[in-house]
Amino acid sequence: MAVHTFINILKRALDEEMSHDSAVHLLGEDVAAGGAFGVTRGLVDKYGDHRVKNTPISEAAITGLATGAALAGLKPVLEIMFIDFATLALDCLLNQTAKYRYMSGGQVTLPLVVRTQAGAAGGAAAQHSQSLETFFIHIPGLIVVAPSSPVEAYGLLKSAIRYGEPVLFIEHKRLYTMKEDLPDDYTLPTIGQARVAREGSDITIIAYSAMVQTALEAAQTLADQGISAEVLDLRTLLPLDMATIAQSVSKTHRVLIAQEAVLNGGVAAEIAARIGSELFDELDGPVERVGCPFAPIPFAPELERALLPGKDDILRAVHRMVGHA
Amino acid sequence: MTQQTLEHWQQMYRSLWRIRIFESQVQRLAAAGEVPGFPHLSTGQEAVAVGVCAHLNPSDVLYTSHRGHGHILAKGSDIEATMAEIIGRDTGLCRGRGGSMHLVDAANGVLGATGVVAGNLALAAGAAWAAQAQGKSDISVVFFGDGATGAGVFHETLNLAALWKLPILFVCENNGYAEFTSREEHSNVNHVSAFAAPYHIPTKTIDGNDLRVVHAEAGAAIAGIRAGQGPYLLECMTFRMAGHYVGDAQQYRSKEEMAAMLEKCPIERLKRHLLESGIDAAELDAIQNDATQEVLAASDRARAAPRPDPASVMDDVYTSPALHAITG
Ligand SMILES: Cc1ncc(C[n+]2csc(CCOP(=O)(O)OP(=O)(O)O)c2C)c(N)n1
Ligand SMILES: [Mg+2]
Repeated sequence: MAVHTFINILKRALDEEMSHDSAVHLLGEDVAAGGAFGVTRGLVDKYGDHRVKNTPISEAAITGLATGAALAGLKPVLEIMFIDFATLALDCLLNQTAKYRYMSGGQVTLPLVVRTQAGAAGGAAAQHSQSLETFFIHIPGLIVVAPSSPVEAYGLLKSAIRYGEPVLFIEHKRLYTMKEDLPDDYTLPTIGQARVAREGSDITIIAYSAMVQTALEAAQTLADQGISAEVLDLRTLLPLDMATIAQSVSKTHRVLIAQEAVLNGGVAAEIAARIGSELFDELDGPVERVGCPFAPIPFAPELERALLPGKDDILRAVHRMVGHA
Repeated sequence: MTQQTLEHWQQMYRSLWRIRIFESQVQRLAAAGEVPGFPHLSTGQEAVAVGVCAHLNPSDVLYTSHRGHGHILAKGSDIEATMAEIIGRDTGLCRGRGGSMHLVDAANGVLGATGVVAGNLALAAGAAWAAQAQGKSDISVVFFGDGATGAGVFHETLNLAALWKLPILFVCENNGYAEFTSREEHSNVNHVSAFAAPYHIPTKTIDGNDLRVVHAEAGAAIAGIRAGQGPYLLECMTFRMAGHYVGDAQQYRSKEEMAAMLEKCPIERLKRHLLESGIDAAELDAIQNDATQEVLAASDRARAAPRPDPASVMDDVYTSPALHAITG
């Protein structure tokens, strides 16, 4: 068993996949230098600058390039430094990458992973802090993964690289320094399957990415208050694992969905709608959501803290839903 | 002319006619309501397609634009399967999922047309990178219009291709128009080849309606690319004889402009040259007839082919069958 930070364990996943499969290539701005957060640091020394490729600041072109390379036999892992700039890659991801297999009538496969980094932390402010996953869950043909911890990131990245579909892999910058043990008998997760991060019986809290950690902290506090909360970690936002959600809801009959993104048209809205239509009879009350108030992410620490949804918002919502213990 | 070069040019003459007849047939079928959507014809631009694609192997990758029927036929894709796709049949190249603007024939190295102007450029560079990374001698060729040079990704891709010395041929078909607006109204830069210089990409502007010129220049450019010299940009000046899309009456163009364009018809020009070289007019007529019969017969077979089964509509959104039933 060894302890890893999120950053180091991602590097380990990339290293293992590159040594396991010579088709895997890395590209992105600064990746040969390690990337903005050091995830790829040192890989160029091991694999050479033909497999770890620095690119110009051309999000549209490098996303097209990675897509074209995947169509022609490589398995590129592209890094888009901040999800805020994935908007510049969106035409390609939406109009080409996600649709190519379908438009060609199944002639091609597109094994591509686009790693990107999202979320608010440390005063990154309005253009470097967003949670934009909603844009991508709207696109048939994409897979969207959002890991919640170092070990989860390790397994999900390796599974994503092997998966053979275009995958958007969203890392939360607040998790980068988190440490976790990697068990010796670790087995890779299946893309598309959620996990029960903590078992409980009174309420289900559904979360993903860094919000899973927040939900786990809240569940601990709730346990001290006599409320047993189950925490589901979605892992994949597209597709949604409705089977695991159904299992949990059938047990707890109450659902709170927590996300860092603004609520309008978001992941939580989608899940709430599906629970409403597929699991209505299981519910003892309305599905509730916690998310970011409808504003850009501010800069000053007091403002950033004031805006972001956190443990207290989850606790308040749960108390409203189940009553105080 | 030697027997060999004679046959070569006859072959090319046939290729030009195949495309011309194919496009006329698409036009006819569209007028009859048999073509869903809005196909863009390459009528008048056949010499670029034939002159460039004559140098390609099936394993070379081709990307084209929304005006791509000619390029795909010139690379040797099946006429019937191409037509079947354009009219939306199950036997079409893409089983009726793509249509005119999304033709893909992967087995023949045609990785596709695109409905997003300039959306093909970076993908083509990706194919070139893959060939380079895998140590293959294949090259990538991308056809695009003059209008595509207004897109940022055009410039991003030129920069990347030059920087990474990618084996890619950029072929701009400069027909002077993007939809209904002339080049002059789009840019102060008249010649697309001017964009190559800052990136140190070798380039030439040529008469794209002279098949012999296109063939020679594309051949030289492709030889250089295969020899590892990196990208090349070939600007072919040409004319869009059938309008932007089927049904465009081109009223924004003057009578004089239209007449001058017909004078430069690439097929007529090759024909004049072949006649001057001593080839029999009857022989050329026979080639034209043959090509016509070949295309019309293929078109008839395509039209008789079954339409896609509505029950298959969710096929191939994802590779994994387990994902086919997902609703998000
Ligand atoms: C990104 C984008 N913007 C606009 C359009 C609509 N559109 C289709 S073709 C076209 C003109 C393209 O001109 P050009 O690149 O010169 O090609 P040509 O049609 O002349 O072959 C436009 C504007 C589009 N398909 N994609
Ligand atoms: Mg044009």
